[in-house]
Amino acid sequence: MAENILELKNLSVEVAGKRILEDINLDIPRGEVHVLFGPNGSGKSSLIMAILGFPSYRVTSGEIRFKGTDITRLPVDERVKLGIGVAFQNPPAIRGVKLGGIISHWLHDKKEVDRLAERVKFQKEFLERDVNLGFSGGEIKKSEVLQVLAQGADLVILDEPDSGVDVENLQLVGKVINEMLKGRSALIITHLGHILHHVDADRAHVLIEATLACSGEPVKILSQILNEGYGWCMKCPKVMKLRQEQETSQRP
Amino acid sequence: MSKSHEAASRARDKPAALGPDVDTGTYSRQTKSWSPCPISNLPGDVLNRAFEVGVVPEEKSRSATYFQVDHSVISKAVRSVFEDKVEIMSTKEALNKYSWFKDYWWRLISVDTDKYTALAELRWDQGYFVRILEDQKVTIPVQSCLFVSTENLNQNVHNVIIAEPGSEAQLITGCAVHPNVHRGLHVGVSEFYVKEDASLTFTMTHGWAQGFETRPRSAALIEDNAAFVSNYMCFKPVKSLQMYPVAYCKGENSRVSFNSLLYGSGTSYIDIGSKVVLQNKGSRGEVVARAIATDNAQICARGFLQGEHGGSKAHLECRGLLLSDKAMIYAVPELVAKAQGADLSHEAAVGKIAEEQIQYLMARGFSEEEAEALIVRGFMDVSIFGLPKELENEIQKIVDITAERAL
Repeated sequence: MAENILELKNLSVEVAGKRILEDINLDIPRGEVHVLFGPNGSGKSSLIMAILGFPSYRVTSGEIRFKGTDITRLPVDERVKLGIGVAFQNPPAIRGVKLGGIISHWLHDKKEVDRLAERVKFQKEFLERDVNLGFSGGEIKKSEVLQVLAQGADLVILDEPDSGVDVENLQLVGKVINEMLKGRSALIITHLGHILHHVDADRAHVLIEATLACSGEPVKILSQILNEGYGWCMKCPKVMKLRQEQETSQRP
Repeated sequence: MSKSHEAASRARDKPAALGPDVDTGTYSRQTKSWSPCPISNLPGDVLNRAFEVGVVPEEKSRSATYFQVDHSVISKAVRSVFEDKVEIMSTKEALNKYSWFKDYWWRLISVDTDKYTALAELRWDQGYFVRILEDQKVTIPVQSCLFVSTENLNQNVHNVIIAEPGSEAQLITGCAVHPNVHRGLHVGVSEFYVKEDASLTFTMTHGWAQGFETRPRSAALIEDNAAFVSNYMCFKPVKSLQMYPVAYCKGENSRVSFNSLLYGSGTSYIDIGSKVVLQNKGSRGEVVARAIATDNAQICARGFLQGEHGGSKAHLECRGLLLSDKAMIYAVPELVAKAQGADLSHEAAVGKIAEEQIQYLMARGFSEEEAEALIVRGFMDVSIFGLPKELENEIQKIVDITAERAL
């Protein structure tokens, strides 16, 4: 059995005193690609922030293990240096900070950077531009993938790679992601699941109301969601039990 | 007594419209005289400070050099290959040499504007005259340095820069003080004439001291199809600095661009603006200001656009970054339209570094401190100056050195 690259054990997280993730258990074996489904506001992006360790995402119980090491208390940059790479859905534009400047933090050889840019079909001129400033949806996706590739991350986390991209660009982004994931482990977060037409995933999970409701074969889960919507997941006994507990705890 | 002297005498106690009032009488006029010499012969500590404001001792990277220490002209040299393209000398020498020079003297700025312009007339300590000759393209920058080496000194310079028709040049000016100088007053009057089809880029860096006060007074006249770019940087602390240069786009299709990078630290009080007056068809103006305030610094970033012709257009942009709760940035954009069809716009944004920007860079492996430094350094991006790549790299190095120290 493959060693797990990421393990979330009984992970609960709060932001400003509000519980946003509840008792999450998730293992990603090395080399596997996992998909995380969930409706808007279910906590998918919060899970990424918690894995990365942003200070406002406070772990109240449980632990995060990466390559066998407990990283629950490590600062963000140290987690990233261990090999976690995130491609964000809506990264901020930063005036004066060049995309090429960020990439050179990881890759000093300009030829290597150019080669990578070519690989993701990204125009080299963008390296001289302020990161994400005036980038189109497709350019943002490619820029994010390029940065994660430059990091040489062992675990790639993709936040909604299929959102804000037109059909033509989605095909291209899908190809690029497929190429990137060769030999890597991944967690792909998606609301609509379009990316699964382009990427082969090993396992899928559904995050509902801050907890993982179920896990299974990606194609099966996706077709269930497409047929019955996330309302079907809301009827899941695990979710219903959690909701009951929350309601009880909120009573005066 | 000349008319300008009389007007100055009447204005000797007239406070400026903006900025704290300076008691000019507390500064000394006494200083030793310096002998002319090649600038590479100047003491190392003078050269180091000059270098920090963009003035280099190597002759080959500049076409002409003017260097003034206190009240003495040290150097006014033109490289032999540029002798038929550019002239450089002190304004005192120019007044003696050319009868026409007086036509450019106190023409754009009134001598009785305030007590500082009056001081520049009544206690005038030279300054530089740069003239780019007609149709000459000066491919290597001209440089000038106004240096203060004496504690508590008052230095008043009056500069005139003329870009004759069809000429092109880059002028770098650095104002700096000796490491032993903590207090002083510098008044600098500068008049720019950018004639028909000429292009002039002026890049000025100030490197003062925490107890130093400075009152530059500048104006530019831009003729048909001419372009004037004025870049300004100030990264070192200063007691008080107030200036509000103005450009008159008098000619058809005349263009001006004012760009400023300000880093206010310590207890600096910086009140800086740029005024653009669009007076003809097709005249264009742009004002871009980036201000960072930290410690207890106060920065007032002003901008004033006036459209006097229906076919004119200008834009004003001010961005401020506050790195301390005790610092302050005050952005004051003003637009005045005096003709239908004048197209004037502005945008201003002042705030602290966005948390999500820091987090994003941390997710790329930068520590929190590194992320902040990267954002601050990026904020001081000299590419807004639109300089040739080589000169831009040179100026960026100065910014990087300063930023490294500041951060």
